[in-house]
Amino acid sequence: MLDDVDRRLLRLLQVDPGRGAPDLAEAVGSTPARVTRRLDLMREAGVLLGSRISIDWRALGYAVAVSLRITLDKTASRAFDEFLAAARLVPEVIEIQTFLGRVDVRLSLIARDLADYQRIYRELILELPHIADIEALMNVATIKADESLPL
Amino acid sequence: MSLDDLDRAILRALVANADQSTTRLAAKLGLSQPATWRRIKRLQEAGVIAGRRLQLDAAKAGFGVTVFLGVKLATKGRVSLEDFERAVGAIPEVQSVEHVLGLYDYRLRVVARDLADFERVLRRRLMTLPGVGAVEANVLLSEERRPGPI
Repeated sequence: MLDDVDRRLLRLLQVDPGRGAPDLAEAVGSTPARVTRRLDLMREAGVLLGSRISIDWRALGYAVAVSLRITLDKTASRAFDEFLAAARLVPEVIEIQTFLGRVDVRLSLIARDLADYQRIYRELILELPHIADIEALMNVATIKADESLPL
Repeated sequence: MSLDDLDRAILRALVANADQSTTRLAAKLGLSQPATWRRIKRLQEAGVIAGRRLQLDAAKAGFGVTVFLGVKLATKGRVSLEDFERAVGAIPEVQSVEHVLGLYDYRLRVVARDLADFERVLRRRLMTLPGVGAVEANVLLSEERRPGPI
């Protein structure tokens, strides 16, 4: 279980994953050795998984971002597995999520422009197996995207 | 900016793990450390690398439930959009807010400790937001991020 000091360390790291142990130790009133020990324990427990960079696809010329909400034909027994395996092969799919609710799967899709989106949608997405229904939500603006946990 | 194969290899490696040192990354790619560093710097300056994000296991950190909400506003107009965005962005459990075009006006990603906690957040914080109309909730079961077209 996490205690208050662990949570403070994670909060600080959520803001800046690059902060070193000496700096963190000063912020929480501890020693670098103790902070390192706490971080190691959280890694061992699988709470702290590391860090990754986020890519701004717009800077690479992908101006369109669409959320595709997909309902699958569940009468086919392997509908989920077969759909997911095929969706992973579409390079422009950057996120795949499965849900409990009205929607079964959501794909985050990026495209260079609307013509490119139409091509990907027709040639790659509509070819995916077991689709019963698709709804598209087009991203207009991202208001908040830090995805940090309220620790 | 346009990328060459080495830029793409650097991005793929850092998307998988941004904790590795430039020295280690350089060795893996068969580049010199300064050349690798210069390329990372260039990708940062071009805005391709937007930042670095801590990866936590939400469930193990005590947040067992993630819900995506589609929200339709009941009243529209410039002021109501701004009011809604300001209020929703300030809720700590709301991890992301996207203004979208389609069946809903906004797409929210919300975390909670469990379903009871989610119900509390939904009733006390989200349903009371200014202008909220229809809301659809889908509970996240699994999630994977793909490298994308690099």
